[in-house]
Amino acid sequence: MKSTTAEMPKARWEREVLEPALKQAPEREIPFTTISGRPIERLYTEEDLAGLEYAHDLNHPGEYPYTRGIHPAGYRGRLWTMRQFAGFGTPEETNERYKQLLAAGGTGLSVAFDLPTLMGRDPDHDLSLGEVGKCGVSIASLADMERLFDGISLADITTSMTINSPASMIFAMYLVVAEKQGADWQRLSGTIQNDILKEFIAQKEYIYPPRPSMRLITDVFAFCAKEVPRWNTISVSGYHIREAGATALQELAFTLRDGLEYIQYGIDAGLDVDAFAPRISFFFNAHSDFFEEIAKYRAARKLWAEAMRDHFGARDARSWKLRFHTQTAGVSLTAQQPYNNVVRTALQALAAVLGGTQSLHTNSLDEALALPTAEAATLALRTQQIIAHESGVTNLVDPLGGSYFLERLTLDMEQGAKDYFATIDRMGGMVEAVDQGYPQREIAESSYRFQQAVEARDKIVVGVNDYVVDAESPVPTLYIDETTAERQIARLGELKRARDNGRVTRALDALRRAAAGTDNTMPLLLECARAYATVGEMCDALRDVWGEYEEVPSI
Amino acid sequence: MDKIRVVIAKPGLDGHDRGAKVIARALRDAGMEVIYTGLRQTPEQIVAAALQEDADVIGLSILSGAHNHICPRVMELLKEQRLDDVLVVVGGIIPDVDIPKLQAMGITGIFLPGSPMQEIVDFITGHARRHAERV
Repeated sequence: MKSTTAEMPKARWEREVLEPALKQAPEREIPFTTISGRPIERLYTEEDLAGLEYAHDLNHPGEYPYTRGIHPAGYRGRLWTMRQFAGFGTPEETNERYKQLLAAGGTGLSVAFDLPTLMGRDPDHDLSLGEVGKCGVSIASLADMERLFDGISLADITTSMTINSPASMIFAMYLVVAEKQGADWQRLSGTIQNDILKEFIAQKEYIYPPRPSMRLITDVFAFCAKEVPRWNTISVSGYHIREAGATALQELAFTLRDGLEYIQYGIDAGLDVDAFAPRISFFFNAHSDFFEEIAKYRAARKLWAEAMRDHFGARDARSWKLRFHTQTAGVSLTAQQPYNNVVRTALQALAAVLGGTQSLHTNSLDEALALPTAEAATLALRTQQIIAHESGVTNLVDPLGGSYFLERLTLDMEQGAKDYFATIDRMGGMVEAVDQGYPQREIAESSYRFQQAVEARDKIVVGVNDYVVDAESPVPTLYIDETTAERQIARLGELKRARDNGRVTRALDALRRAAAGTDNTMPLLLECARAYATVGEMCDALRDVWGEYEEVPSI
Repeated sequence: MDKIRVVIAKPGLDGHDRGAKVIARALRDAGMEVIYTGLRQTPEQIVAAALQEDADVIGLSILSGAHNHICPRVMELLKEQRLDDVLVVVGGIIPDVDIPKLQAMGITGIFLPGSPMQEIVDFITGHARRHAERV
C-alpha cells in the first residue's frame, strides 16, 4: 500500500498543520484514554503499522490466524445467535419467558440460575434464605429441569447454561431431560459455562478447591468427546473478570490464559488436544469503549490460534478457531436515567458484532435496578435485530479491518496479553497464580483506579457524574417475592417423599467413590440425576470428599 | 480522636465483591480503620465480627435481593448484643419499595448504584459514633 501518506510523515503534519490549528483552538484538557486507561494518540497513520505483515498478523477471514474472523463469509452466511440470558422465580415462570423469547425471534436459550443453585445448595438450606429464585431460576432436581424445558424440544434448539461449580450436575440433568424427550445426545448442541478459574478470579462462585474443580471439568471434556460431541464443554469467560473491574487488556489476558490452562489440564488428563479443543468456546464482555473492545476480540482470535497451533501442536483447524459469545457490560448500566442504557447497550452490541461474535446477549435498560421485565428484555432483543437488519454492518466481513487505529490497538492488545502470559507462566500457571491471588489483586487495583477516575470526573458517566437530573421518573421493574421460595421448598419435600430414596443413596455413594478415585464422574452424576437426587445432595457428596475452598479476604 | 472502625461485610451467597472492595479501600483512604470480612458471612458472623473488632460501623454489600432477610436479622442481633449504637449502612441493589422497610428498622444509610464514594464517606463520618464519646 504505497500512498501519499508515506511521503507526509506525521511529524511534518504535526508541525505544519496541527500546531497552528491548536494555537487557534486548543484541545480539551482531559485525559484522552480508553475506559481502561490506555492513552490514545490523536491520529493514527500508516507509520503506526510499520512492521505489520498482512499474512502473518491479519490474513483473510477464515484463514489462520483468524484475526479478521473465523468464517470466510462472516454474517453473510449465518447471523450471530441472538441469545438472551433469562431466568427467575420458579421453573414454570422461566419456561414462560423462554417461550416468549423464542416467539419473538430469539434463536437460542440461555439459562440464568439462582444463587442457591449456582452454589450447589437446595432451596431449604439455611444459606439459601432470601435467595431462592431471586437472581435466576431455582433448580433443585431433575423434576425442576423437566418443568423448565416443558414443551421446548431440546433436539431443535441450542441452550447455554451459566453454571460453574455444579456444571456437571446441571448438565447431567439436561442430558436426562433430552433422553426422556427422545433426543439423540450425539446431535445435541449447547454450552455449559463450566469455567471455574474465573470464579476464583472474579465471580467467586466456587465450591471445591481448584484442583478437584479442574478435574470435574476435564471429566466433562472426556465424556463429551465420546457421548455429546457437539456440546460446548466450557465457555471460558472474560465477562465476569471485566465486570469485577478488570481492564480490557486484563480481561483478554486472564481469559485466554485460563483457556490455555484448561487445554494443559486436558492434555495432562490423557486427552488428545484435537479431541476436546474444538469444543472449547469463549465468552467476552462488550464494554463501552468501542474500538478497544473490537481490538480485544480480534487479538483474542489471533492469540488463541497461535497458542493452539504452535504451543500445543493442535493439527485440527477447528482447535485453532476461537469462537465466542458476548454480553454487553452490565456494569456500565446506570440506575440513573435508565433509558440511557438502551443507547449504551446498542453501541456495545455493535462493537461485539464488528468484532465477529458468534452469539450475543444484550442487556435490558432496567438491569441496574432489577432483573428485566418482559418489555425491557424484548427491547434488548430488538436492539440486536436492528443492528443485524438495518445498520448494514453485516453486509461484509470485518468492516474495520485495515483501520490504522484498530490494527495498532489490536497489535498492542496482543503484546500486552503476551506480557501477562509471561508473568503468569513464571508463577507456574493460572491455578498457581490464583492461589497467590495475583489476578484478583490486579483486578481490584483496576476497579479502584476506575472509580477514582469517575469521582475525579476524569471519566464522565452520563447521568451519574454529569448531566444529572434531580427528579427522575421511575421505570417499571420486576419484583420477585418470597412465594418462589415457599413453593420450591414445598416441592422439594414432596420429591423426597415420592422418589426411590434407596436408589438415591446408592447413586450418591457411587459418586463419592468415583470422586475419591479416578473414574469419570459424569456417568455417576447421570445416575444421580435419573434417581432425582438434588443439586445440593450431589454437591454435598463431593464436598464430603474434596472439602470446600475458602478465599483469604483482602482489600 | 480515634479512627472510625468499619466492618465491611458481604452477606448471603453472592460473590460479586467489586463494590465491597472499592468501598473498603475508599473508607481506608479516608482515614478509617476497615475490616473486610470476606464472602458469604451470616448475620451471626457479621455481628460477632463487629463485637470483636469494636466496630463503630457495619457496611453491608447486598446485590442479590436477600436484603429483606439479612438486614432485619443483623439489626435484631445488634440489639441482643447491646450494639444498638453501631451504625449500619447498606450498599447495593435495593428496590425502591424496600427502602422504607429498611429505614423503619433503623438503616438510614442506603447507597444505590452510582453513589459517589465521597457521599458514603461523608455519611459515615457524620453519623458514626466515636470512641471518644463512649463511656
